[in-house]
Amino acid sequence: MSAQAEAPAGVGGPDAESGAQARRLTDVVFRVRELGIVGALALLIAVTAIMEPRFLNADSLRNLALNASIFAILAAGQTLVLITRNVDLSVSSVLALSAFMAGTLLSNHPSLPIPVVILLGMGLGAAAGALNGWLVTFGKVPALVVTLGTLYALRGLAFLWTDGRQVNAETLPDRFLNIGTGSILGVPTLAVIALVVVLIVGQYLRDFRSGRELYAIGSSPEAARLAGVRTDRRVWSAFVMAGALAGLGGVLFTARFGTVDATAGTGYEFTVIAAAVVGGVTINGGVGTVYGAAIGAVLLGTITSSLIVLKVDAFWQQAAIGTLLIAAIAFDRWIGLRLDAALRQRSARRAG
Amino acid sequence: MIDHEATPLLALDHAEKSYGAVRALTNGTLAIRPGEVRALVGENGAGKSTLVKVLGGVTQLDAGALLVDGEEVAFHNPTDARDAGIAVIFQEPTLFPDLSVAENIAMGRHPLGAARRIDRKAMHREAAELLKRLGVRLDADRPVRGLSIADQQVVEIAKALSFEARVLIMDEPTAALSGPEVARLFGVVRTLQERGAGILFISHRLEEVFAICETVTVMRDGAVVSDERTADLTEDELVRRMVGRDLDALFPKTVAELGAPLLSVQRLTREGVFTDVSFEVHAGEIVALAGLVGAGRSEVARVIFGIDKADGGHVEVAGRQLPNGRPTAAMAAGLAFVPEDRRQQGLVMDLSIKRNATLTSLARLTSRVGLIGGKAERLLAEDWAKRLQLKFHSLNDSVGTLSGGNQQKVVLAKWLSTEPKVLIVDEPTRGIDVGTKSEVHRLLSDLAGQGLAILMISSELPEVLGMADRVMVMHEGRITGEIPRAEADEERIMRAATGRAQVAA
Repeated sequence: MSAQAEAPAGVGGPDAESGAQARRLTDVVFRVRELGIVGALALLIAVTAIMEPRFLNADSLRNLALNASIFAILAAGQTLVLITRNVDLSVSSVLALSAFMAGTLLSNHPSLPIPVVILLGMGLGAAAGALNGWLVTFGKVPALVVTLGTLYALRGLAFLWTDGRQVNAETLPDRFLNIGTGSILGVPTLAVIALVVVLIVGQYLRDFRSGRELYAIGSSPEAARLAGVRTDRRVWSAFVMAGALAGLGGVLFTARFGTVDATAGTGYEFTVIAAAVVGGVTINGGVGTVYGAAIGAVLLGTITSSLIVLKVDAFWQQAAIGTLLIAAIAFDRWIGLRLDAALRQRSARRAG
Repeated sequence: MIDHEATPLLALDHAEKSYGAVRALTNGTLAIRPGEVRALVGENGAGKSTLVKVLGGVTQLDAGALLVDGEEVAFHNPTDARDAGIAVIFQEPTLFPDLSVAENIAMGRHPLGAARRIDRKAMHREAAELLKRLGVRLDADRPVRGLSIADQQVVEIAKALSFEARVLIMDEPTAALSGPEVARLFGVVRTLQERGAGILFISHRLEEVFAICETVTVMRDGAVVSDERTADLTEDELVRRMVGRDLDALFPKTVAELGAPLLSVQRLTREGVFTDVSFEVHAGEIVALAGLVGAGRSEVARVIFGIDKADGGHVEVAGRQLPNGRPTAAMAAGLAFVPEDRRQQGLVMDLSIKRNATLTSLARLTSRVGLIGGKAERLLAEDWAKRLQLKFHSLNDSVGTLSGGNQQKVVLAKWLSTEPKVLIVDEPTRGIDVGTKSEVHRLLSDLAGQGLAILMISSELPEVLGMADRVMVMHEGRITGEIPRAEADEERIMRAATGRAQVAA
């Protein structure tokens, strides 16, 4: 490594120089974590477009955006929880409950204002998240166990509540369905909503004390406690926020598909976690951004679409996503090792 | 400089604290006045750390009183203590490896700008200023991951200084620091003192206690046994108060007959860490690897044992060359390694004493059908516990319940039970009280007498001078001195360790 040689000689003395080097190094590495996945996405789109030019027409791109939107919102919520070294498996069941509630409410009371429905959906999700968070922090039960439990329990609740019924698009008001199908300035409304959500959560995690504290908890729970961070309250709030976003996802699910029954969103939980992990959010907490997670959601959605376009067998699609997941984790680990080695050498040189 | 008339900033009155059946603190009584630098000394397990945890709001008292400015208060959590102006630097660095140095310092108290958003520029500026005040070249924007223990400790200190604390409590802040870093820390302590802050300083290095503390509180078995001015005491008297008995010579290395070279390190190199390191350790010999923190000593040990890979050179044990980067092969060849960081690398803290002690011997304890013999395991652990005079309640207790010195004995038991030819010990007595320290020294001396070759890494010069038959000194990743016992003194070692002179035998 010749980082020494890259630094402009004679600028700011040795202190500023080594500082600038370290900064550049870490900057690049952190950018690389998200750059890598953006590159993979570009490559995937390019290859698919070469083999099937129609992949890039407006309609197909629109579909890509629509598919990824709900996953991006769920992945943003999941990121909040993963960063604290926890996990929320129950999101898909929360989504189903919220989706069915939104559909039922609007079928029975078509005049209900949509913001009210959205708030109710998010409230339902927040309540489920509060239960998860309470069991994890107050009950001291590992999040994996708690949310695996609520994943099944809430799905069961959805079956009980729907009792075999389903909500149909015909019974829903058009202004609601427009959220799922309409556009704002040519961009699908759903994608606009997802973008806004990701930006808000991203800014929260970057620039607000309570957001930074989530990283602190995931990086070292003990150190966070000693730094005066109210870890239980923060972890609980992460679950509440993730639940609320799953609730929002449920309402949007109804708006997009129109048809909702008790099986809505089955299996989404793993896609969402996969999206976050592919996007550079580590399962061990403390590392990752919602932007990465959102791009991860787009990448997973694009893979599925491009494999369909390329007429690849559905079984291979699953295998491809699995391979990508492992590749992402291996890449992340590799970057981490390289970073450790680089930082180590830097420390050694500085000490010398 | 102390205002003896002033109300103590912080005081404890007959404080008691028990963890289950263990009475960690039976009588904690002390007061810190404005402008006072008070030392708190005592053997490990004397209750110092418990007392610090109480003052820092980490644990709560069972009985007795905690007073701030003469008023009785209760700290329910670390935030309460911090709000009362009390900063604590704990023994083990408690940092966020994934976050930047600046953010580690600011956590929980980020400077805020418009709309309660974090003011990153201000956060960075404040961190950089603090680091400058401490005189260290650390980039505030780099992540903490990868920092040496000394640098991590510096970040801890910066964190404690970042809010204008009225009382600063430091639990062995200097254990990992090198000479100049300690001097700078002391400079900061004196500045705080002049501003009227009170400081409680915990250290096993008595010369430091005498250097900066005016008063000293001694604890033994959970109770405060004396409270005096340091000027009225000698080091010997202080040690006697700590252990409650007179100590034998602290460093009892006996001269042993040297045998064949058992460990031979030849031109070992790891890029960017150390270069061209060669030496031999003979049977019956203790060779010390001395040098400042960051000189690359622990890194050499890690490569010898195969934890990290060498980029050049090789290692021989009893004449057989070890494969590069394979700890299992190193163990099979008769190498044992007691690492620097007991809690992270030496022990599995949640496992029992027995399980920890037998962890390296599982192959021998496994019967033909592949099951581990429970009785054999217990006997092996009991045997070593007796031979090392381990103080414990039950072998089934988790190793985390032991004091630092006894934990170190478990690590030693774990490795000695493999019947090694060569023992590498990295900072064998760091954070260990005076009494257990000399037990560990006697043990190492006995082992050398039995024909073991011992490579000892140590930052404590008295330990190096007392124990080693030969001292190898490292500076910036190179061996800069080889000094036989007869010629070794503090000055020669420090000259080589700071790179001011090449010293050859």
